[in-house]
Order: sequence, then C-alpha cells, then structure tokens
Amino acid sequence: MPNLMELKYQVSNEDFTRAGEASSDVKKKLKQLGVSPDVIRRVAIALYEGEINMVIHAYGGEITVTISEEQITMTLADRGPGIPDIDKAMQAGFSTAPDNVRNLGFGAGMGLPNMKKNSDTIDISTEIGVGTTVVMTINL
Amino acid sequence: MDNSYDNSVYLLENQCKGCTNCIKHCPTQAIRVRNNKAVITKNKCIDCGECIRICPHHAKKAKRDFIDAIKQYKYTVALPAPSLYAQVNHLDDVNIILTGIKKLGFDDVFEVSAAAEIISEKSREYIAENRDKWPVISTACPTVVRLVQVRFPNLVDNLLPLITPAELAAKLARQIAMDETGLKSEEIGIFFLSPCPSKVTAAKNPIGYEKSDIDHVLAIKDIYPALISAMTEVAANPEDLVRSGKIGISWGITGGEAAGLLSDSYVAADGIGNVISVLEDLEDDKFNKDLEFIELNACNGGCVGGVMTVENPFAAKAKLQHIRKYLPVTAPHDEVDDDKTTWTSDVEYEPVFELADNLKESMAKMAQIDALCEEFPGLDCGCCGAPTCKALAEDIVRGVAKKRDCIHILREYINKLSDDISIISGD
Ligand SMILES: Nc1ncnc2c1ncn2[C@@H]1O[C@H](COP(=O)(O)OP(=O)(O)OP(=O)(O)O)[C@@H](O)[C@H]1O
Ligand code: SF4
Ligand code: SF4
Ligand SMILES: [Mg+2]
Repeated sequence: MPNLMELKYQVSNEDFTRAGEASSDVKKKLKQLGVSPDVIRRVAIALYEGEINMVIHAYGGEITVTISEEQITMTLADRGPGIPDIDKAMQAGFSTAPDNVRNLGFGAGMGLPNMKKNSDTIDISTEIGVGTTVVMTINL
Repeated sequence: MDNSYDNSVYLLENQCKGCTNCIKHCPTQAIRVRNNKAVITKNKCIDCGECIRICPHHAKKAKRDFIDAIKQYKYTVALPAPSLYAQVNHLDDVNIILTGIKKLGFDDVFEVSAAAEIISEKSREYIAENRDKWPVISTACPTVVRLVQVRFPNLVDNLLPLITPAELAAKLARQIAMDETGLKSEEIGIFFLSPCPSKVTAAKNPIGYEKSDIDHVLAIKDIYPALISAMTEVAANPEDLVRSGKIGISWGITGGEAAGLLSDSYVAADGIGNVISVLEDLEDDKFNKDLEFIELNACNGGCVGGVMTVENPFAAKAKLQHIRKYLPVTAPHDEVDDDKTTWTSDVEYEPVFELADNLKESMAKMAQIDALCEEFPGLDCGCCGAPTCKALAEDIVRGVAKKRDCIHILREYINKLSDDISIISGD
C-alpha cells in the first residue's frame, strides 16, 4: 500500500517549550483528515512521549509520520547517546532522567511503556554513541 | 437532533468596514472577510465573543431579547446570573439588587446562584461516583461545551453531564410560579439576565438536553441603567429575596465553581486561549491521573468577563468578593431529583473541521493545501479575508475562495499581464 501522506518535523533540544509541537501538529492534521478519535488520541500520546524523550534523553532529531489507508507509521530518529538496555528502558518506572528534568514533572519512567501501550507495533533500534530510532505503527 | 447550529453572534453589515481585525482573533477561524464584510460560518462559531470585543467599529453584536417581551406573559420571573451582582458598587445587601430587578417589571426573581449551589452538590456526587471520567470537565460555560463538541472528540466523555445553574433555576422558578399562581406553563415567562451571547445560544440550542426552560435571554448591559435607578428607589426597604450563599455567588468568577466542590484536586482556567491549551494538554494525557475536575471559562476572569456585562472583569471580581463577605457559605435548598439535573441526550462529536468524509479524499485535499501554501508568501497578512495563508489555501480547496484573492498572487498576475501587453504592443 503506497503512503498517501508524509509529514516531517525537526525536533530541537534547544528550546524545551517547543517540545510537543510535532505531536500537536500531527493531531490537528489527523482531525482534519477525519481519522477516528481513538486513533488520534493514541497517536497524540505515543508521539508526544517519543518527542519528549528525543528532547530530554537525546539531542533532538527528526520525526517522520506517514499515513496510508491502513496505518499510521511514526519514525523518531535521534542522534543521541543510545539506549544501553532496551528491555530495562521499557520497564514501567525505569528512568535515568536527571533531577532538573524530574522537577519539570518528567522522569516517571512511563514514556516508553505508554508508547508501547498506545501503538500496535513498536520497534527500537539503537547504537551507543550514535543514536536511537523508534518506529511505531497504529492501525486505522 | 437537527444539524443546523444557530449561534448568537452576528454582523451589523452597514457598520463593518472589512478591516480584518476580527478574523485574526477568532479562536476557531470561523470568520472571513468577503466583499469587504465579515462573514461568520455558523457551525464553527462557538459564541466566545472575542470578535465583539475586538471590533473597532462595533459591527459585531449578540442576538438577545429585550425587556418588553415581558408583556407577552401573565407572570414573569427574572433569573439574575451571579455575574450581575458584580456590576454594582458598594453592594452590601443582595436583596437590594434582587428587589431592584423586580421593580423593572418582573413578578418574581430566582437567583441562578441558588440553583448553582444545588449543581455544586450534584457535581460532587457525580465526580465521586465516576472515577473513570476524571478529570471531569465543567459544562457551565456553553462556549466550552461547544468547543469540545467540535474540536475535542476524545474529551466529550469527560464533560459533566449536568444542566447549567441557569437552566435549573429556570426549571425550579417555573414550578414555583405554576404552584403559586395556578397559571399554565405557557402563561409564565422565564427571563435569564445573561453575561454573554453564549448563554443566549444555549437557551436556543441546548447541548445535552432537548429543550430549555428559559424563554428569553436579556443582556446584563441592557438592563443595567434602569436597574441602577430602580435600586436607588428600593435601597431603603428591600424585600427579603436572597436564596443563595457564598458558594453559589462565587460561580460568577473563575475558580468559583471548582471551589464549590470542596476538593483541591482541580484546575481552573479562564480566557479562550488558555481554555484551548488546557483541552489540548488534556487530550494528550498530560495531567495527573488523580486530577478530579477542570473548570473552564471562555471569558477572562470567568463570567464577570462576559461581553454583555458592564464592568471590567477585575473590578467586577473585587465587587463580587465584597458582596460575598456578608453571606453564609451556602443557603438551605430543597432536595432536587437527579433526573431534573442530568443531561438527557448524548453529546456527539461534530467534525466541522474535517476536509472530506473519507480519508483518501481528505488526504488529497491536504496535499493540495500544502502545495498552495508553497505558492503563497506566508505573510498571514489577512488581505485576502482569511486569517492565514493556510486558511486561504483551505478555503480554495473547499471551493469557497480563489488563488487571486491573495493580493500578492494578484500583483504578480497583473505584473505578468502588463509585461505581456507590452510585448504585444511592442514597447
Ligand atoms: N531517545 C532516547 N535516547 C536515549 N535514551 C532514551 C531515549 N528514550 C528513552 N531513553 C532511556 O529510557 C529510559 C526510560 O524512558 P521513558 O520514556 O520510559 O521514561 P523517562 O523518559 O525517563 O520518564 P517519563 O517518560 O515518564 O517522563 C529513559 O530514562 C532513558 O534512560
Ligand atoms: S473587526 Fe471584523 S466585523 Fe469589525 S469592522 Fe473589522 S472586519 Fe468588520
Ligand atoms: S465564561 Fe461565562 S460569560 Fe463567558 S462565555 Fe462562558 S458562560 Fe458566558
Ligand atoms: Mg519519557
């Protein structure tokens, strides 16, 4: 099935207040496209968590969202430090977030579990010192 | 339910200069300037009143009724919104304002704040019994309810399914009037004294229930001058009419409704921009799971900031706080059955912003919009009558505007034409 639409966003780690811009734009577009409310909710939650992780744990990167008639694919690629132990990172409550980030209300270790819960498939490839790519799909 | 949504904000055409101020301030981008006049798309308008506030030529108005409508009835009851009390200086006794209202020609008054205290109690029960609906979103501001209905499909379930205090006041007042006078329902006129056009709309097109018990909605600012003189006449010897306390009257300012829940697990936001950002965040699950309640008021400061009030919201808040001082926390109220206060119809999402009714077509249109945006200069100047270049692109794709409405594109076109002409004429 060919992709009918592709959206690209650069995520910068320089301005924390801008984190969430990509997920909010995607949400707006999906509403205009008439995608079902439940799918919109899951995309918004999964993408926002992923976007925040790119800002907090990596140094920003690029988000690509493709939409076909069957599914929405979200690819979040960063040039960060990589994740040493993916299984551990996926556990609810596991976090390496520093104190300054925790003070902002992040760092509960719930992001990746939430991304898993809200997507139909999630695939993480990571290389220490090079970066991490998270691919999530949600079926329409 | 009928799909045609009838809002209350409208344009006085001969006063509109087509200046485009309002199109930029509309939070749902419901306004366009066409042929030099502002046009409101009814089903996108949420009656927030922002365009009424901003229009330098006073061309935006709110539909409402006027007091001579009392002549149609044998018996009339006025329902003052709590925000009305906040319009008056040095008011130590609410009875003076209530007696003053009667003096305008009504047979009785019933305070909306009295009904608000009952709704506060019902809200506490609903929140305690419906943990799966947390955070529950208040539904007292009809603009917020309409906004959720057209833009936040995932939050429709969180709406507090209770009628507004004004609506309950109308029900109770009608019953009391029928019992006391023996008149038929249609011989009794129920008049709500409102701070805003949004509540005018709610009386005509209620969301969550079939028909409103409010017969007419008057603007606080329209009755204000006559009320002030009536109050001076009755000040020395007012009747005893007060039926509410601090909790009910506080509903007029932001945080008042939430305070009536007697819990501190709430967020209260006011001003349409803030309301939208709270709803966006809520939709993305950004609030704590144990947050119980979200109070939202479209107007700055709450209903005291409504566009049909007189005072500025900050002064009004101070006045309300002054009046409140003299009142008990709450007044005693008769038991009201849940079925009188609960919504009777489901609220369904109305996707008014959708581009088409199937994904494929919507995506094709979105691609066209993006392509058009590439051609526009991205200045969002508003000269085309749309609030942004993107909005013009959408209008074109929807078939209601054309590319040369953009004055920059038009200029290029004219330049090209004149070049062509000079080639033809050989100079
Ligand atoms: N893109 C990433 N690059 C490097 N490390 C990451 C990345 N995403 C997640 N991690 C690691 O995985 C851990 C768990 O991530 P998760 O999103 O579940 O929790 P968190 O971000 O620490 O807290 P929360 O998401 O609840 O605010 C993080 O603390 C971090 O060590
Ligand atoms: S603000 Fe809007 S309604 Fe008022 S004059 Fe300008 S275009 Fe017309
Ligand atoms: S906040 Fe109050 S005055 Fe303003 S629109 Fe809502 S209900 Fe009306
Ligand atoms: Mg995270």
